[in-house]
Amino acid sequence: MAIVKVKRPKLSWHEHLYLPAILKGLGITLKHAIAALRGKAPGAEELASSGLGVTMQYPEQKWDARLPEYYRGVPALVTDEQGRERCVSCQLCEFICPPKAITILPGELQSDNPWSKVEKAPREFEINMIRCIYCGMCEEVCPEQAIFLRQDYAMTGGTRDEMVNTKGRLYKIGGMREGLVNKWNKLK
Amino acid sequence: MDAVFIIVSALKVFGFTFLVILPLVAYSTYAERRVCAIIQDRVGPNRVGLPATLLGFKKDLKFFGLVQPLADGLKGLFKEDLTPAHVRKAFYWMAPAFTAAPAFITLCVIPFGSAVTLFGHEIQMVIADIGVGPLFIFAIASLSVYGITLAGWASNSKYPFLGGVRSCAQMISYEISLGLSLIPILLFFGKLNLTDIVTHQATNGWLLLPLWNENGTVIHEGYWQSSGYQWLLLLPMGISFFVFTTSIFAETNRMPFDLPECETELVGGYHTEYSSMKFALFFMGEYAAMIVGSALIVTIFFGGWSLGFGLDTALLQTGDGDWKWYAGFIHLGAFLGKTIAFILFFIWVRWTVPRFRYDQLMKLGWVVFFELALFNIFLAALIIAAPHIGILNTLLFGFPSLTIIAALMFFITKANEEKRRIKIT
Repeated sequence: MAIVKVKRPKLSWHEHLYLPAILKGLGITLKHAIAALRGKAPGAEELASSGLGVTMQYPEQKWDARLPEYYRGVPALVTDEQGRERCVSCQLCEFICPPKAITILPGELQSDNPWSKVEKAPREFEINMIRCIYCGMCEEVCPEQAIFLRQDYAMTGGTRDEMVNTKGRLYKIGGMREGLVNKWNKLK
Repeated sequence: MDAVFIIVSALKVFGFTFLVILPLVAYSTYAERRVCAIIQDRVGPNRVGLPATLLGFKKDLKFFGLVQPLADGLKGLFKEDLTPAHVRKAFYWMAPAFTAAPAFITLCVIPFGSAVTLFGHEIQMVIADIGVGPLFIFAIASLSVYGITLAGWASNSKYPFLGGVRSCAQMISYEISLGLSLIPILLFFGKLNLTDIVTHQATNGWLLLPLWNENGTVIHEGYWQSSGYQWLLLLPMGISFFVFTTSIFAETNRMPFDLPECETELVGGYHTEYSSMKFALFFMGEYAAMIVGSALIVTIFFGGWSLGFGLDTALLQTGDGDWKWYAGFIHLGAFLGKTIAFILFFIWVRWTVPRFRYDQLMKLGWVVFFELALFNIFLAALIIAAPHIGILNTLLFGFPSLTIIAALMFFITKANEEKRRIKIT
C-alpha cells in the first residue's frame, strides 16, 4: 500500500480559539432539540413517528398500514373461495420447515363431504410460534397455496401452550384467500 | 448554642439534603437522559409510571416517565452487589462514600434563599453561614478526588487504575484555575461569605448582569457612577466566569473532560469493577457535584437567590429594609430555577462537545486557563485600582506593567509548546 502523506491542516485564528466551533455545535444541538419538541424532528414525517425524535411509540403508534405486501409475519392457513380447506396435508411444509415448528397429523375428509374421494385434509395442524423463524419456506413449498405468511407480527402468550397455533387458530388468522392455485394455473 | 438553633439546623440539613438536593440529583439523571434523547432526535425514558392497573384501574399513570429515577434507585438497591475477589476490600467499600459525601457536605455553605420568619424566629436559608464560603467548598470538593482515586486503586485492575490516576491529575490541575479565577470576584466583593455576596448582588445587581442597577456595577463608588467605565469590569468578570465554568466542568468530570470514565479507552473508568448501589453512589456523587457546581456559579455570577431586576426590594422587603416573612421561600424557588437552568446547560454541553484528548486537557488546564486566570487577577486589580490611583498613573504605570505581565504569560505559553517537527520520509 502506498504511503499517503496527510498534511496537517493550517488552522485560522478562530479555529485555534475553539470557542466559535463549540458555539456552533451548541446551536446545532439546540436546533435539533427545538425541532424535536415541536414534533418536527428530521424523518418524523416519512417514518410516521411520534415527532419527538424519529422513534415510533410502539403500542400507541403502529407501522401496520405501511407494511409492505411481502411482509413475512405469522404463518397461517387459508381457505379457498368456497370455504374449503386448501391444505391437503401433503406435509411438504413440515418436511421443509428449518426449525421443525410445523407438526401435521394427516386425516381424511368426512365421508359426507362431496370431495372426500379426491382430497385429504389435516386432522391436526400445529405451528409452534416459539420455534418459527418466519423464513417463509412453508409458503414457498406449498403446492396448494394453503399456507401464507400474514401481516400479523404481535404473537404473544403467557405459556408455551398458548404459543402453539392450532388448526382452528391458524384458519382464523389466515381467513379466506381468493385466486387460482398456481399448480393448476398456466401462469406458473 | 440554644435548642432552637440545633433543631432548626437539623431540620435545614434534612430538608435541603433530602427534600431539595436528592430529588434534584435523581431528576437530573432523568433530565440527562430525556434532554440527550431530544437533542439526538430520540424519545428517551417516557414509560415508567405508577402501575395503577395493579390496583384495579383501567390505565397505568405514565407522568412522562417521571418515576424512572425511582425505578433506577430500586434497581440499584436490589441488584446483586458483587465484590470481585481481587479488590482491596476496605478501600473498595469506602471509595463510593468518599465520592458522594463531599458533594453533599459542600452544600452546607450555599445560600438557598434569604430568610424566612416562622414563629418569631428569623431562619437563614443556609445551613452554615460561615465566612469562608468558597474556600470551604474548594477544600471539601477537592476531597472527592480521593474517592475516585481510591476506587481506581482499590479495584486492583488496569483500567480503573488508569481512570483514577487521570482523575487525580485532572482535578489537581483544574483546581488551580478554579481558585485563581475566583480571586477577581473576591477582589470586587471584598468578602468571602456567600450569603453576603448574594445579598450584595440582590441590592446592587448581579455580577454578570448589572443592568437594572443605577450605578451600573456591583461596585458603588463615586468614580463608577459618573462614567461609562463600569462596563470595563465586565471584561475580567467575563473571563472569570468562563474559566470558572469550564473548570467546574473539568472538576466534576463532565463530558468534554470526562476522561476518567472514557469508555473507548478505559472500559468504564474508575467504576469498572463496581456494581449495583456502589456504582449508583458514584453516579449520585457525580451529579451532586454538578448540582453544587451550578449552584456555586449561580451564587457567584448570577445573583444566587435574588430575583433581580429590582424585584427583591420592590416586592419582598418591608419598608425598613427587612425581608417579608415568606421571602425565603420565593428566593428558594428563584435559586432552584437558576440552578436547574445551569444543570440543563451542563447537559446541553455534554451532548454537544466531544471528549478532549488527555494531553489537550492538560495543556488547556496548565497552559491556557492557568495563565488566563492569573492575568485576569492583574487586570481586575488594575481596573479596580484605577479610580484610586488616577487616570495618569493608570496609563503611565498600570497599563505597561499589565502588558509586561501579559507578554510574560504569552511567553510561558509559547515556551511550553515543544516545536513539532515531524519528518515523514
